[in-house]
Amino acid sequence: MPLQILLIPLLPLAAFVLLGLFGRRLPGPSSGWLATALLAVSTILSAGVAWDYFFVAGMQDGAYPTQVPFSVPWLTFTDEMRIDMGILLDPISVMMIVVVSFISLMVHIYSLSYMKGEARYATYFSYLGLFTFSMLGLVLSSNIFQIYMCWELVGVSSFLLIGYHYDRPSAVAASKKAFIVTRFADLGFLIGILVLSFHANTLDFPTLIERLTDPASPYLPAAAAPAFLGLSALTWGLVLVFAGGAGKSAMFPLHIWLPDAMEGPTPVSALIHAATMVVAGVYLVARLFPVFALSCPAALEVVAVTGILSAALAAVIACTQTDIKRVLAYSTMSQIGYMMFALGVAGWGAANEGFSASMFHLFTHAMFKAGLFLCAGVIIHHVHSNDLAGMGGLRKALPFTHIVFLVCCLAIAGIPPFAGFFSKEAILLAAWHKSTVIYSIGLVTSGLTAFYMFRLYFSIFHHKPVVPGTGHGEGGPAMMLPLAILLAGAVFAGFVPFSEFVTADGTPSPTELHLGFSVAPVGLGIAGILLARRLYQTANPLPGRIAERWQGLYRTAYRKFYVDELYLFFTHKIIFNLIGRPAAWIDRVIVDGFMNLLGQASLTVSDGISGMQSGKVQSYAAWFLAGLLGFAILTLYILFT
Amino acid sequence: MNLSLLLIIPAITAAVILLARGAAQVRWVALTGAVVQLIAGIGLYNVFMQARSAGDDRQYLFEFRHRWFESFNMQYHVGVDGVSVAMILLTALVVLAGVLASWRQEKLAKDFFFLLTLLAMGAYGFFISLDLFTLFFFLEIAVIPKFLLIGIWGSGRKEYSANKLALMLMGGSALVLVGMLALYFQTDTFDMKRLAGMAADPSHGWIFPVLFIGFGVFTALFPFHTWVPDGHSSAPTAGSMFLAGISMKLGGYGCLRATGFMPDAAAQYAPWIVGLAAIAILYGAFATLMQKDLKYMNAYSSISHCGFVLLGIGMLTRTALAGAVMQMVSHGLMTALFFAVIGMIYSRTGTRMVSQMGGLMKTMPFICTTLFIAGLCSLGLPGLSGFAAEMTVFVGAWERTGAGYRLATIAGCISIVVTAVYILRATGQVAMGPAKETPRQDDAQWFEKASAIILIAGILLIGLAPGLLMDLVSPDAGYITDTLPSLP
Repeated sequence: MPLQILLIPLLPLAAFVLLGLFGRRLPGPSSGWLATALLAVSTILSAGVAWDYFFVAGMQDGAYPTQVPFSVPWLTFTDEMRIDMGILLDPISVMMIVVVSFISLMVHIYSLSYMKGEARYATYFSYLGLFTFSMLGLVLSSNIFQIYMCWELVGVSSFLLIGYHYDRPSAVAASKKAFIVTRFADLGFLIGILVLSFHANTLDFPTLIERLTDPASPYLPAAAAPAFLGLSALTWGLVLVFAGGAGKSAMFPLHIWLPDAMEGPTPVSALIHAATMVVAGVYLVARLFPVFALSCPAALEVVAVTGILSAALAAVIACTQTDIKRVLAYSTMSQIGYMMFALGVAGWGAANEGFSASMFHLFTHAMFKAGLFLCAGVIIHHVHSNDLAGMGGLRKALPFTHIVFLVCCLAIAGIPPFAGFFSKEAILLAAWHKSTVIYSIGLVTSGLTAFYMFRLYFSIFHHKPVVPGTGHGEGGPAMMLPLAILLAGAVFAGFVPFSEFVTADGTPSPTELHLGFSVAPVGLGIAGILLARRLYQTANPLPGRIAERWQGLYRTAYRKFYVDELYLFFTHKIIFNLIGRPAAWIDRVIVDGFMNLLGQASLTVSDGISGMQSGKVQSYAAWFLAGLLGFAILTLYILFT
Repeated sequence: MNLSLLLIIPAITAAVILLARGAAQVRWVALTGAVVQLIAGIGLYNVFMQARSAGDDRQYLFEFRHRWFESFNMQYHVGVDGVSVAMILLTALVVLAGVLASWRQEKLAKDFFFLLTLLAMGAYGFFISLDLFTLFFFLEIAVIPKFLLIGIWGSGRKEYSANKLALMLMGGSALVLVGMLALYFQTDTFDMKRLAGMAADPSHGWIFPVLFIGFGVFTALFPFHTWVPDGHSSAPTAGSMFLAGISMKLGGYGCLRATGFMPDAAAQYAPWIVGLAAIAILYGAFATLMQKDLKYMNAYSSISHCGFVLLGIGMLTRTALAGAVMQMVSHGLMTALFFAVIGMIYSRTGTRMVSQMGGLMKTMPFICTTLFIAGLCSLGLPGLSGFAAEMTVFVGAWERTGAGYRLATIAGCISIVVTAVYILRATGQVAMGPAKETPRQDDAQWFEKASAIILIAGILLIGLAPGLLMDLVSPDAGYITDTLPSLP
């Protein structure tokens, strides 16, 4: 089993190395096929591992166990503090390797056709390999530093892929922005790791979790005692780690990089910026969930508030955007907000339904959101524009895409029996049990979700008679196949009895469905769809009039609540002008000026003494050295005789 | 193993260079010498690790003594511990890469390679010396060639820079000399091993800072760092590579040794060291943000990165000290790679101004990939050496619980974000974006590729298997921390 598991991340890594070094010499599209084949093996192995874990090995003592089947020391600081490269298997990591390798495989297959003819075709697939390797490594990490390393590696692969069209200034700017904003968030993650590991005296996940949750643990009292500004080290550590997660998962206010990241090729957006990397923050909180829930519920409240705020804010913004990929990006942010606040409202033991719900939503969201992005790829390919204004009436030209898009929209809107319905119900139910405020905001947001998704749907496929496309149509079977598979996912993924497999402590809990409870969210969803239909099915002046009527709100939402402008102000006005520029100036003028003055003074003195200004630098050096040695010998002589 | 071999090889190389005719012969001789030296370095690593795994836990191995100034008790006394071995390997790699990077050096080629080899010899001698006087002797050997390298083969305001660099480094040496003599008059020995065994003395209260600042000048201790930007930017490519890759490490190594034989004073001054290091780290990083010239950028970023070395030393925990050494090795390789690639770019674009370049990826994929790797190493990407070194410093530093120490560590963490900003700004502008016209459009030639690949191999090796370096240097860090008084 260990070898089989090891191969799962290593095969994509092999694809990265091989294609990175020799890709350009491989003929035609063979590099893409090679990467896809390696990933297919990896996907099959992941499925095998999941099957073994859940159905063959099964439960021990009534719970799915946490295992570390493989671990090697990588960097040893002290006997206890060391970075091991290991593999951790528990329900969430097993679920995640399946999701990551599966979605990545879909994207690989799709890209075979979508990226055909690109000059840097092999490079593209090698970057995909690097990403898949890092992401699989991330979810399998058994060590908190290992997860941080993979975390940085997914960041850099995201940077490389967003900037894939590096001759486009907007792509370069977006890639830099994505990297720097997430790096800034990772500052919190890093300091959080230092805090947590210092108090637990270990970097190993299972040990760390045990030492920081067990009431009898000698490490816990020191960690839980108030340390700084009245909060305990544990709270600080967890909140800081969460800050890293919030950055990667594009939570408010660290979300500004995600919409810009849509500059990357569309399949990349599907893989990295919709289905996998952006949920890494959710995964991170889930990984440390026992510590959050058992030792520091206060930190969990931060998670809940951040999540619900992001979910609502992003949904409002999504209603006003006109770029298809940006609408999808904000919708991703909003859905991840759902996952976050689901974790935030979860507790331990019987109250952990939010945890399962969050993971469930992560699972179903990966299917339908990847499907939506891949559809968007087909549409953009066809009309050569991202802008909704250039689309309309495409249901005739792209019949299959139309169906997939519609089903995925229904799924994300939470309409039964599609996948999103089940997971969103579970989340709302968990929120209902914990806090009415969070529940109400989540409920309204789900109505908004249905509205903006169907605004998108009607604008693309109805609205205008027919927009003439470029005749690319729906691409070849390589593009249709992943769509078909994801369509099946969007339809059926909801029927997986998720909480019987994935719970916080590994003990299965029964899946329940409260039909009465579903009336409100589904009703709101349908209302949202109908409203979108009224406004966007045919071209009419109503949307414009509404935007004018609510001009203030509309403009604010359209300008994304001016968060970008705030950042711009902060970085340029404060960091560059008030810190960087003075630092450089002080260095040149004051510190260096002082040193030069010192040098000048000594030069003047030596001029006076020797009068030997020959103008030759060599002789200056010789004199200086001679003087120095003379001084040394003189000192020795005087003191020894 | 006879350590004097490390001095004999460059000495012979230098002699043969003087006898060689024509630039071609000279550079092949220099290259052969560098390769032999690297092989000797790897051999040294092997026998050292064998001896260690065979249970030889003396601090210094392969010792050799010869009295050369009987009356003053000065000895040619050499020996190596893991830190020396790491530094020797670093030097050998950088020298080899530097010789390759200056393959097309036509102007006074013989003198150029002679000086490079001499500089390397000085560095080897410095890293194996166990006698302070010998150490000082080799320190000076390593300083003079730099002055000439910049003054003759440099660019821009080269005379000014050469003077400035030489004067400041000489000033540093003078402080080292004063500190060393003071120790001598007190103990009647220059022997570092005996010095380390001596009891603490009140006079260490002033000797330690003198010695530490003296060495600190070499490793860009704030505020004695101002030679770095001018010196690096005026130096020829190989000169910058040596300067940042090797010379700045002489200082770090010296600071570590000074800490080793005056642990009490080091503990007393630790807050100062940590404070200055934190300033250097942040201030260097923010100053880098504003640079427009690639060489100035890398010079300021070196100030920031060398701050991690001093931070690790000032923290005085075993992990942090090991991290400081790892950072020295990592920064040496990375910065040499940076300067090598800047040299390649400059020879094709005719400018080092970031704003005048753009989209070089299209015509020069190899060079730009190298630039990216150097940049990613600088911003601490896992898998490259910078990450392992910086994280080791951070983990070691966090063991010190004082608020000031914590603050300094956080300053270090913040700097890696700033680093990401300036690295991405520069590489994004140079390699990506719309392509701009350049006088030459060719990608790297074989010697340039070889130079880059050697350094990248080192960076990857440490980045992927940092345990190798950690195992090498961690015991020595332990020797130092064992002698320390208990720390708050």
